[in-house]
Amino acid sequence: MDYEIVIGLEIHTELKTNSKIFCGCSTKFGSEQNTNVCPVCLGLPGVLPVINEKVVEFAIKAGVALNCEILPFSKFDRKNYYYPDLPKNFQTSQYDLPIAVNGHLDIEVNGETKRINITRIHMEEDAGKLVHSGATISSSDSALVDYNRTGVPLLEIVSEPDIRSAEEARAYLEKVKAILEYLDVSDCKMEEGSLRCDANISLRPHGQAALGTKAEIKNLNSFRSVQRGIEYEVIRQEEILDDGGRVIQETRTWDENKGITASMRSKEQAHDYRYLPEPDLVPIVVDPARVAEIRANLPELPDARRQRLMNDYGLSEYDAGIITSSKAVADYFDQSVQNNGDAKVVANWLMGEVSKHLNSEGITILDCPVSPKQLTELLALIEKGTISNKIAKTVFEEMWTSRKDAEVIVKEKGLVQISDSSEIVAIVESVIAANPQSVADFKAGKDKAIGFLVGQIMKQTKGRANPDMVNTLLRERL
Amino acid sequence: MELFKHTASQLHEKLVAKEISAVELTKAVLGRIDAVDKDVQAYITRTSETALAQAQAVDSKIQRGEKVSVLAGIPGALKDNICTKGIKTTCASKILATFVPPYDATVAEKLAAEDAVILGKANMDEFAMGGSTENSGFFPTHNPWNLETVPGGSSGGSAAAVAAGEAIWALGSDTGGSIRQPAAYCGVVGLKPTYGRVSRYGLVAYASSLDQIGPITRDVTDSAHVMNIISGYDAKDSTSINTGVPDYTKSLVNNIKGLKIGLPKEYFVAGMDAEVERAINKAIEQLVALGAEYKEISMPHTEYALSAYYMIAPAEASSNLARYDGVSFGHRVEGNDIIEMYKKTRSEAFGAEVKRRIMLGTYALSSGYYDAYYLKALKVRTLVKQDFDKAFEQVDVLITPTAPTTAFKLGEKTNDPLAMYLQDVCTIPVNLSGVPAISIPCGFAAGMPIGMQIIGKPLGEETIIRAAYTFEQNNDYHKGFATLGEV
Repeated sequence: MDYEIVIGLEIHTELKTNSKIFCGCSTKFGSEQNTNVCPVCLGLPGVLPVINEKVVEFAIKAGVALNCEILPFSKFDRKNYYYPDLPKNFQTSQYDLPIAVNGHLDIEVNGETKRINITRIHMEEDAGKLVHSGATISSSDSALVDYNRTGVPLLEIVSEPDIRSAEEARAYLEKVKAILEYLDVSDCKMEEGSLRCDANISLRPHGQAALGTKAEIKNLNSFRSVQRGIEYEVIRQEEILDDGGRVIQETRTWDENKGITASMRSKEQAHDYRYLPEPDLVPIVVDPARVAEIRANLPELPDARRQRLMNDYGLSEYDAGIITSSKAVADYFDQSVQNNGDAKVVANWLMGEVSKHLNSEGITILDCPVSPKQLTELLALIEKGTISNKIAKTVFEEMWTSRKDAEVIVKEKGLVQISDSSEIVAIVESVIAANPQSVADFKAGKDKAIGFLVGQIMKQTKGRANPDMVNTLLRERL
Repeated sequence: MELFKHTASQLHEKLVAKEISAVELTKAVLGRIDAVDKDVQAYITRTSETALAQAQAVDSKIQRGEKVSVLAGIPGALKDNICTKGIKTTCASKILATFVPPYDATVAEKLAAEDAVILGKANMDEFAMGGSTENSGFFPTHNPWNLETVPGGSSGGSAAAVAAGEAIWALGSDTGGSIRQPAAYCGVVGLKPTYGRVSRYGLVAYASSLDQIGPITRDVTDSAHVMNIISGYDAKDSTSINTGVPDYTKSLVNNIKGLKIGLPKEYFVAGMDAEVERAINKAIEQLVALGAEYKEISMPHTEYALSAYYMIAPAEASSNLARYDGVSFGHRVEGNDIIEMYKKTRSEAFGAEVKRRIMLGTYALSSGYYDAYYLKALKVRTLVKQDFDKAFEQVDVLITPTAPTTAFKLGEKTNDPLAMYLQDVCTIPVNLSGVPAISIPCGFAAGMPIGMQIIGKPLGEETIIRAAYTFEQNNDYHKGFATLGEV
């Protein structure tokens, strides 16, 4: 049977504040274990939380950018459950009055625009990290706790069950990530866990209004696992339903290595979080004027930037979309263009050579060894005719590894294009003399033969001869 | 008269006049502790050495002619749920028996800044849950007026220490009456400030929305002095009130002409001791004779306050006490897995009353019961608060007994939690509404002190101090000293 897939996403993102949500400890990732801690985030007896105002500001920013309503009165609540990475055995979060509600985000999938509604955004504290003594939890006889992450501020962004496919889920997640990056409120590094995602998935026969029974999938730690995890879960549920079975409401975890989801706990085993209003914090009262001010000062967001790239530089919607899907790439583009780079050429290089190299090394553009200035200098050499496009790729390769400027490499390696006609004529004539058969073939009407002759000329000049001149001079002499 | 029988303000005069030294005073009180604490058992931890060093430092200041504050060199005690850097803070619980905080509570910092001498940490009901100090995880404290009776609780160690001359002043904490009720039982003065007037930073939480630190002293004057030191906004406590602190000693005025006093009839509950009722009525007559205007008023939701409290406080406690799990600090009993470790640790190290309240609170917050219990209790809390708002439209202060009876015998109510809870019936509504109240001695029944509670408007500490001071100045009840069976 053909089912409609219904997905809602819960996105957790760590906010890039300098200090934690309820104390002054650093949020720095990768510090030595248990060094970014104090009595407050360790939950020692008698200590009290104090809200980091920056967290509220970032939450409002995200809320406004995701078209939410910012509640003028919101509050924190305690979510009670026992786990050794949670020093107080409750997480301070927001329950019935979150900071932002009723938002939406438009995404594009297969050329169509679709609106995903956002239920709510709330602020909460992150938990610590367990370090097990063995390779797996079950093979460990003890665990240690690193509390550095305890109290790092998180936003949880909860969507309505409006997502209908794994592709839509991925597109939505990518767009939320892009917006958070543009807002400069989160690093959104899935590999460091600063962006995490849970998916609620259910199926129902097309046309049925009531939702099917859902499973919640946790541990989706990359864009790829979001897509794969959802795809797997959809097939799993389809098979159950096709066999006349019933999907069980439960929490499942995605196993990236095995490529499957596995049951974590059933509905019966689900936690009763026993929420209660956090008595140690006062309610958050947000003045509408403050929201208006934040709204007025929002940075340019991905959609607006994409439109600008199309309008100002004549980029295609597709190209502009790819470049603006990451703030860092778009910044790189803008810096290159500001440096007198031709927008379309820069775009081609970004999506071509630059992206190819980044992907093969598995790094982001922030770690790109070639700066926007260096790239535009390289492009200027092509423009001036100093080097050909082909040579430019070789030079780029060299720039990537040596970090030298293009001009230096071109000089050192003698890669300057030969545009001196007498020099080219000499080579052309020697190649003609050495390849009488090809010359005869050409004259007999075999156009392909000229390609061989050009190739020979380029070989002799190590690709440095100006290709246009080679073509003209060769044809003149044949 | 022995030095330990004086008040802080009297001793301050002697110190600055160089009649006595702070070391001499501290030694006198330490000597008193040595002599009587085996009977009273007010202290869990004693810090005699640091106390003498603190006293020595004050003497040096006085010698150098420096101005010292009124508590400088005056030895006092802190309830053992107030965190003290480098000094064990146990909450009278086995689970924290060896816990040494790496930080000071804000009140401890403020007292240190004023050069107060700290003698040690006073006994209490475990995690401040109780009204007799019999729930201490270590040992019960005895009432200095009659060692066979309880000192009240949960700040029983603090009140008994002050009453027995084992401390000149003390700090307690009050969640449902835990400063006022032991002050009443021990014949001393106990003040619960407006919620938020004193920082809770470093006070080990029992029920965060109700807890408040306050002074236990020999007289109202000392209460005002201690309040001057400990009150005020604290950036570390989001619930502390950000308004200026008045000089409370300016309210030590023997004049209540025109003060409107109200007697809420609902506070004279069934089971109230006739002697207590008589003492309160007599006190009201006296206040009227001193110029107060009396009015009987009604606070119709009073009878529900106790039930609401025993939902809200345990609910918060169940969450506040979840951190005592044996993972990163405190007592731990090993288990085969983490769940077994939690269970063994908490089963072994928490006392019966703490477990009872954790269970009550967990239940009240559980899905399916939340609306019927916790949420309903919050609604009752609002109604109780409105009762106070309405009452204070008519009167300036409310007068009630602090507790329905005088101190009861040890063991008398330990098997009857409800009877024990009823001892807080007059004090609990005050915490639910967040207003300030003071308990002062107003008579004796069969040789045991009776306490009168004066309740004020939010931030109305000045008014209750003035009323209390006026009553005190026209009576001698506070001058009696617990005999400890001595002749």
